Order: sequence, then C-alpha cells, then structure tokens
Amino acid sequence: MILQYATPVALAATGETIGQKSGVIYIGLEGSMLAGAFFAMLAAQSTGSPWIGLVAGITAGLLLALLFGWFTIRRGIDQVVVGTAINLLALGVTGTIYRTQFGKSGTLLSVAKLPPVFGKIDAVEILLLLSAIGLTWVLQKSSLGLALRATGEYPKAAEAAGFSVARLRFIGVACSGIFAGLAGAYLSLGISGSFAENMTAGRGFVAIAMVTFGRWKPMWVLAAALLIGFAESLQFTLQAAGVQAPYQLLIALPYLVALTVLVVVGRGTVAPAALAEPYVKGD
Amino acid sequence: MNGFLRFGLLLAGLIVVLLLTLAAFQLPIVDSVKLIFDGAFSDKFAWSRSAVKMTPLLLTGLGMVIAWRAGVYNIGGEGQFVLGAIFGAAVGKGLIGANAAAMPGGSLLILVVCAIGGALWAWIAGWLYVRRGVEVVISTILLNFIAIQLLGFAVSGPLQEQKGQVPQTDLLPESLMLARFDRQTDVHLGTVLALVMAVVLTTFLYRTVAGYRLRLVGDNPKVARVNYIDPGRVQLSAMALSGAMCGLAGGVEYLGLVGQLGTTFPQQWGFLGIPVALLGGLNPMLTAGAAFFFGALFAGTENLARFTPAGTTIVYVIQATAVLAYVGLSGLKKARPKPEEETESTPS
Repeated sequence: MILQYATPVALAATGETIGQKSGVIYIGLEGSMLAGAFFAMLAAQSTGSPWIGLVAGITAGLLLALLFGWFTIRRGIDQVVVGTAINLLALGVTGTIYRTQFGKSGTLLSVAKLPPVFGKIDAVEILLLLSAIGLTWVLQKSSLGLALRATGEYPKAAEAAGFSVARLRFIGVACSGIFAGLAGAYLSLGISGSFAENMTAGRGFVAIAMVTFGRWKPMWVLAAALLIGFAESLQFTLQAAGVQAPYQLLIALPYLVALTVLVVVGRGTVAPAALAEPYVKGD
Repeated sequence: MNGFLRFGLLLAGLIVVLLLTLAAFQLPIVDSVKLIFDGAFSDKFAWSRSAVKMTPLLLTGLGMVIAWRAGVYNIGGEGQFVLGAIFGAAVGKGLIGANAAAMPGGSLLILVVCAIGGALWAWIAGWLYVRRGVEVVISTILLNFIAIQLLGFAVSGPLQEQKGQVPQTDLLPESLMLARFDRQTDVHLGTVLALVMAVVLTTFLYRTVAGYRLRLVGDNPKVARVNYIDPGRVQLSAMALSGAMCGLAGGVEYLGLVGQLGTTFPQQWGFLGIPVALLGGLNPMLTAGAAFFFGALFAGTENLARFTPAGTTIVYVIQATAVLAYVGLSGLKKARPKPEEETESTPS
C-alpha cells in the first residue's frame, strides 16, 4: 500500500532528478503528470488496453516536456516562467476536454487497471525500483551520466569537451517528462482506474521537493518518496483506527525536514551549480 | 511605447488568444463569447462578480511584480496567501474571544497581521536565497506545502469552530468584515484597496529611491553593487514586501468574501497571480489591467459553465497560451541575477 501511494511521486521525482542534474528544473512536472494521467485514461478507454494507455500517458508527458525544452533551452527563456505556463496549460486542456467529453461532473469513468505481476506488485512498481538503480548507475558510471552532470555543474566545460549542452539538457528534460507521464498514467490506470479534474493535486510539486530532500541522488530520492507515501498511508490508517492525531503536521514533516536541511547546509555542493540557469552558447 | 498603446496591445492579444482557444476546443465562438460577456458585464451582479474575482488576482499579481522586479522569482504566493489568512484568523478568534469584535479598526488590525504573516513566510525563502544560495523555486514549493498543511491543522485544531464539528473556523461577525457597497452584491472595500495598492506600488517603483534601487538590482545586480547597493538586502526586502502583498490578498479574501477559513480556502490565487503579473509586463498598472481581464474572464466562464460543458478551465488555457506567446515574442531572455555569493566570485 505504501508502495502504491509512493509510486507516482517516486517515478516523477526519479525523472526530475536526471533533469535537474543536467541543470534544468522542470517546474512543469505537475503538468506532465496531469497530462499523462488524462491521456492514458483516454487511450485506455478508447482501446480497452491499459498498456496502450501507459504509452499514451508517457507520450503526453514527454511532449509537454519537449515544449518546455524548446522555450527554455532553445530560446533561453526562464524555466520558472515557462514551467508555470506548462502547468496551467495542462490543467486547462485536460479539464476542458474532460468536461466537454464526459460532462461537467464527469460520468463515473472506469477503465481497466494494470494487472499485478507478482502478488500485488505490478509492472510499473517493478520498473520504478529497476530505474532508480539503473539511473544511479547511468549518472555515476556511464559517460553519458558524466556529461549530463557536467552540463548541470559547469556547462561551459561540457561544451569545451565537445558535448552539446542543448542536446544533453533536452535528454534531461525528456527524462523528466517521460517519467512524469508514466507517473500520471500510473495514477489513473494503476491506482484509481479513473480520472478526475486536477487529479495529480500537487504531486508533481511534491516530486520536485523530494529531489531536494533526496539530495539529487536517485536512490535517496526514491527513499524520500517512499517516506511521503508512508506518511500519507499512515494518515489513513490513523483515521481508520479513530486515533485523534494532528496528521497534517505528520504530512508536513518531510517538507519541514527538507527545509531545515536547506537552512543548515544551504544548497551545498550536491545541488547542480548551474541549476535553472539558461545557457547561451559562446556567452 | 506609451501606457495606453501597451494596454491596447495587451487587451487585443488576450482577446485573440480567447478566440483561438474557443476555436481549438470546437466551442461555438459567437455564443460562447456572448455568454462570457454576459457573465462578466451584463448587469451589476455580473460586474460585481468580475470585481470580486479581480481582487485577489490583482493583489497577488502585485506581490509577484515586487519580487520579480528585484530578480527574485517568487512562486510561493499560494503559501504566503494561506499563511497570511491563518495569522488573520488567529487574531479574529482572539478578538471574538475577548468580546472585542466590534472594536473600531478590528478589520484593519486583521489585515495588517495577514500582511505580516505573508511577509514572514516569504522572508524565509528570501533569506535562504540571499544567505544560503537556495533557489527560491525550491524553498517556496516546500513552504507552500507546509502552509497548506498548517491550514489543515489550524482549522481542525487550534482555530476550529466552537462547535468543533467541521474543520473550519467560526464565521466572523459582520463588524469585522470589510464593508460592502451594495447589500445585493459581493463587491467589498478590498477591491478598492487592491486598486489603491496598484497606484501605491507604481509610485514606489517609479518615484522613490528605494523603488529605483529595487529595479536596478533586478536589472543588473553588478551595477547595483558598484553603486554601493547591497543586492541581497534589497532582494530580501522585496521578497518580504511581495509576501506581505500576498498575505494581504489572503486577508482580503477572508474578510471581504468568505468570512471563515476551511480546507477549501486556497483557490490557487497565489499561483494565478504569476501569469497575471507576467502578462502585465511586471508593471503595476498593466497588472491591474490583466487582473481585471482575467477576473472578468473567470466570472464570464462561470456563466458559460452554466449553459455548456466548458467552463473556467478555459481560463487556464488562455493564461498559459498568452504567457507562452508573450515570452516567446518579447523574449524574457535576460539572465536571472544570481544570489550574492555567486555574483561576487564571477569574473567579469
């Protein structure tokens, strides 16, 4: 149950880690997740296959991320500005199509959920665990990972070494978008089997926060997301057991810890030094 | 380019985007525009709804203008809005408890405390940016979450209604609410306050030394430093002022409209202030124009939602498209000033 709560945030956070390592903070993560959730549901509903739904969700998340990349990497426009617009765009487009297609309140939509593989564990959850391990390896051991990290730390050096900063950052943003789309698709196809307006409800932002909390290391980010999943599921367990606890403070705790870490150590040396800075070739 | 021309271009651009959006979703354009126009301007009730929606958009938009002009990209308006309202609700509860609700100036006191609450919340992010080099984006996202959870805690704990059934605060007595101009409509004194703030901010930015310094720091921190202006200090003050404006927006929404806080109190006004400020070119008076346009659009699309399946979600599409078109065309390309520590070590 914890894994199921944690999976969407963990997936999005894992992808975002790669993006941030390359120097791009993809604020539009929430939008990619929401678009992923919606278009996965739409495709699964019209084809009857949750697998085609997953692919549609990933594609939607990726396309939004590439749009973000075009504005921020190609045109050098600020990442915060474009990210905010991407989130609004996804919220507006999914909300409007949903309302015009399925009515105002939404006739109760229900699509086939992803089947479990082992026991209660499904394919996406396995993929999450594998990708966290795989991405750690890519970032730390492969030459692509080294180039990605260099782009996020000191883009001029990466450029001088013969890499294209723009291409590497596009790879980073694409990673963020693909994982966010998958995370959204999992939300609608893996967990609820349905869609609701703004169903991501800030999970994309939680994921961005978890990247900071996990200090830009995929395994730690995964652990941080599991902690959030644990706090959320504990809330329901406590409520069901009738325990009167200020569970809002419990949910706020991981964010408070993350903030305290920032207060004490600052951005430190782990954070990519060129994070959120536009890079202009030859500047 | 003079102000009227810029305002005209802004309005024309926004209307074009509105028409394109309606066309993109295959909505009947003429009928939809008529429904939107009726919902926003047909009678005094419609005008009132437009003004009520404009008010929080304008105040949070102005908050964004202050911080962004100083080069600090505050996206924590939502948290500052919520925290301000929590502070205000605590004072409101105190005043009711002390039987002082009829005290003259009670609502002014609450509004001031709301602004202080918002300022405090933004100051944390500002301090982290200036002294610790932490991206404002990251810290404000964290602070937004904490503020929203604090609201949930406050309305089901220390600030919960006397009856203790629903997670919400007690309804404020009429004496603490902001005055309304007409008993039938919702327009309240907060709308006037927001417009006054737009004028005050214009005067501050373009007519005072402190305002000049703030703009200089945002435009070019190196030049500011050469002129013995400490960019960090200016940015920290700008962040606090920005939070104060968002906190005030929360207070105005609380005292002007809802009268009580519940978990549904945050309506994203803090986020929506960002596109409003951007489309206003980070200029207070143009931001007021953009806020009015989107306030009217929210009121209008609510009317559209009554007769068609489409509704307020269209406004988000229009805001997003307009922002992307605006930055794509005008190119908000200027590199963002870095935190103090880094600019010092950068060779130039």
